[in-house]
Amino acid sequence: MMLIPCPWCGPRNEIEFHYGGQADVHYPSDPRSTSDEDWAHFLFFRDNPKGVFTERWSHAAGCRRWFTVHRDTVTNEIHPDDSASAARTVTR
Amino acid sequence: MSNEFRLADRGRIDRDRPIRFRFDGGDYEGYQGDTLASALLANGIHQVATSIKHGRPRGIMAAGAEEPNALVQIERPFPEPMLTATTVELREGLQASGLPGRGQLSTGDDPARYDTMHAHCDVLVVGAGPAGLAAALSAARSGARVIVAEADTEFGGSLLGSGETLDRAPGTEWVRRATAELAACPEVRLLPRTTVFGHYDDNYLVALEHRGEQAHSRQRVWRMRAREVVLATGSHERPLVFAGNDRPGTMLAGSARTYLNRYAVRPGNRAVVFTTNDSAYAAAIDLADAGVEIAAIVDAREVVSTHWASLCIERGITIHADTAVVSTSGTDRVSSAHLCSLRSDGSRTPSVRQVVGCDLLLVSGGWNPAVHLHSQARGSLRFSEDIGAFVPEQDVRSVRSAGAAAGLFATSESLRSGAEAGRDAARAAGFDAEPGRLPRAEKAPVLASRSVWLLPSPADSDGSTRFVDLARDVTVADIRKATRAGMDSVEHVKRYTTLGTAHDQGKTSGTLSTGVIAEMLGRDVAELGTTTFRAPYTPVTFAALAGRDRGDLYDPVRVTAMHDWHVEHGAPFENVGQWKRPWYYPRPGEDMETAVLRECRAARESVGIQDVSTLGKIDVQGPDAAEFLDLVYTNMMSTLKVGRIRYGVMCTADGMVFDDGTVTRTDEQRYLISTTSGNAAGVLAHLEDWLQTEWPHLRVYLTSVTEQWATIALVGPDSRQVLSRVASGIEVGNDSFPFMSFRDGLVAGRRARVCRISFSGELAFEINVPWWYGREVWEALHEAGQPFGITPYGTETMHVLRAEKGFPIVGQDTDGTITPDDLGMSWAVSKKKTDFLGKRSFSRADTARTDRKQLVGLLPADENLVLPEGSQLVDTAELPEPPVPMLGHVTSSYRSAALDRGFALAVVKAGRDRIGETIYSPVGDRLAAVTITEPVFYDKEGARRDG
Repeated sequence: MMLIPCPWCGPRNEIEFHYGGQADVHYPSDPRSTSDEDWAHFLFFRDNPKGVFTERWSHAAGCRRWFTVHRDTVTNEIHPDDSASAARTVTR
Repeated sequence: MSNEFRLADRGRIDRDRPIRFRFDGGDYEGYQGDTLASALLANGIHQVATSIKHGRPRGIMAAGAEEPNALVQIERPFPEPMLTATTVELREGLQASGLPGRGQLSTGDDPARYDTMHAHCDVLVVGAGPAGLAAALSAARSGARVIVAEADTEFGGSLLGSGETLDRAPGTEWVRRATAELAACPEVRLLPRTTVFGHYDDNYLVALEHRGEQAHSRQRVWRMRAREVVLATGSHERPLVFAGNDRPGTMLAGSARTYLNRYAVRPGNRAVVFTTNDSAYAAAIDLADAGVEIAAIVDAREVVSTHWASLCIERGITIHADTAVVSTSGTDRVSSAHLCSLRSDGSRTPSVRQVVGCDLLLVSGGWNPAVHLHSQARGSLRFSEDIGAFVPEQDVRSVRSAGAAAGLFATSESLRSGAEAGRDAARAAGFDAEPGRLPRAEKAPVLASRSVWLLPSPADSDGSTRFVDLARDVTVADIRKATRAGMDSVEHVKRYTTLGTAHDQGKTSGTLSTGVIAEMLGRDVAELGTTTFRAPYTPVTFAALAGRDRGDLYDPVRVTAMHDWHVEHGAPFENVGQWKRPWYYPRPGEDMETAVLRECRAARESVGIQDVSTLGKIDVQGPDAAEFLDLVYTNMMSTLKVGRIRYGVMCTADGMVFDDGTVTRTDEQRYLISTTSGNAAGVLAHLEDWLQTEWPHLRVYLTSVTEQWATIALVGPDSRQVLSRVASGIEVGNDSFPFMSFRDGLVAGRRARVCRISFSGELAFEINVPWWYGREVWEALHEAGQPFGITPYGTETMHVLRAEKGFPIVGQDTDGTITPDDLGMSWAVSKKKTDFLGKRSFSRADTARTDRKQLVGLLPADENLVLPEGSQLVDTAELPEPPVPMLGHVTSSYRSAALDRGFALAVVKAGRDRIGETIYSPVGDRLAAVTITEPVFYDKEGARRDG
């Protein structure tokens, strides 16, 4: 049961959150001129690192805000800076 | 004779409180403070069960949770299988029997309560032996919030069984004072009878508290979040592997010492002690001083400790150095131990040199620190040659091991390391902590132990009676079979032999099996390592884990404002997500099919009424609401006029249908959207996701209002007349109140928003009123509809009516691989909008294929046939050899009152190009012919919606 630092509500149990996968996968600025291959990468391709992963969480059973954290996929440790306001910058 | 083996002095049992119990049909007496095992031993009973595979007699081996043999079935007070006699507290009226491996669950309901507790603390101390108590004192004195969890009924750990002194007084006296000091601290919570069985991420620890049969709740699961953890979980003594090492009367030396000192039980009359280390000497001396004859101490080491040797000489105890017990005799109890020299003398095969009669064989192969929680916390282990066991590396942030759990077995070391761990933990949690003064423990010089895995075995060369895991009956022969089959890791051997997989999870056999495997493979113990330690540390019942979340409280139930009316009118309910929705309303003597056909006819021919409050409703507000909805729906929503309603489809970015519903524009900057009942939360989350992370510049606010509005569908040609009887301020005529618009007014005297929406193809109104008035307005409409024979209907009729019109249900006729075009809904996809979620994906090669599965209707040739939903569809009347090409499957299937026959919706490859063709569906053992049709079966022209 991870303790996830919601930048708005503070640390809360994992069960209050909804996982959003890899962060910074931006919606292409002009989908019409995006090639099939690039579009497929946007839709379906995600990193799966062993180590630090930048990912999105939503405090679904709390403030319902999305935020970004850096989590080590081996230890589940979340980078301490992520409890600070920096994590409030939300990117898809 | 009762309590024949009970000593008159010593022990922590209460002789004034005798307890009667029954075991295997015999009546016995023990005392308050006994375990079932200690009470049995006091009555001279060693054998508790027979073994699971070979049916060999097995006795009590240990005094705690590590017990591999003494499994019992509790019969009273409540049937409970697979408990270890060593951890069952003796209580009045207990009835139990020995178990050869597997027990029986109760067939009756468990009358006990189970509960869950949640707690937070600065420092959680697991284990209340010398190390744990010292840690708790250091932390508690700093003012930190401390929880001390101890599996045993009382605190003290090894001090309860060793009889050691601290500051020249009995060690238990220090335990009493330490416990009292902790209990007096307002920030300290003491949890005896509580086993911490799991460590999870970020110091979330889960424990099981046994509260007893009289308590309000029998067991509680504690879910604790700790800033810092001190693991003072002690250690488990390791048995030794020799032929017949499983005979009852064979016992871990330390456990025998515990039975003697804590329970005042003499576990035998004449003992042989076989050891590889110093610790068993203390047991031998204590037993000798209590009147047990020590026939011999057999020490595998070449040189024995002079300290212990002199104590033995004083008592006339013979020590055989560099010697091993290699086999035993006896039927249901050990009767002699067979000794063999370990001295290597060239090529001579070892032979038994001496046979020593005994009724008790104490063994000690060293001690394994209980590293389970440390390992669960992803801590690594190191093999210590000094103690011949795996010890924790102190490499987990916020988790520290102390005392025997850290491989520090001397009491003085336990106290010191515990106090330091408690201090460090409190400091790490932000408190100013000092270790404080510690009591002085007895000190004996410790001579290194000898790690012994495979002993010479003149009596059993193949190893079939040399047991490594007694709980699973795994022998040296079994392990050899595994290694010869090529298994060369402990994980492989474990799975090949079931080693370590019993109730005890290999607490006594774990390191031992690694040693045996290493020796067979000629490898290093350190390199082979251990199998993975997983929660739970000891077995936990599902009832305890479930706690109160069972029966009605298993899952939240959502009901509508009209729920009680539905119950009163006999409706069975269908689960839709957490909602209870009326399924149909049978009249006396009606089955479901008859009821549904009647309800369908009423909705098509006169008037029906349905509770549709469960539909998700989201209020969308803000200056950019229109722009936002244009992005998330495939349709154009910005052009919708205030007062009008539009059906809309939502796709995910991959172009697949995600949800559908209506969009009502209530103001320039305000919309009310509806979602499917089961997906309301999912839709809100989806919208929030895009709004917050991709389009944060849009000024839009989303609010769930599902439970603010009760919604009633009034459906059928007479619905307008029914509404007109109770509505005021609403012109209900078709010209003044056209299809897909809404009017605000009063219905049955309550403020209402009435929408002209139809999910059946009939003239229909959806009446929204504040939830509070839901039942009142429902009843008023039902009353007003009486002259027209108004008929309440449930979800089944709704499904039939919509399927007759070819309206798909997202999640039933779609499965996340269906595009709007697959549903034949290209009309709902805007060609004008530059972009919306899903648009770019419609031109992907796979999405643009023309042979995708498309929604079509099916009419079985046999008009009475209702195809089972999920049925596969194939091309030919005879099945070819597999693999049979599948065309698609049936998604919805019903009997239609309007068509007077069975019909279905299905997704079929390139189905729209095949309308009129006959395909087949396996039904039971035959292939049923079905004709592909348009998905709309009824009123294709849409003539009925305006009444």
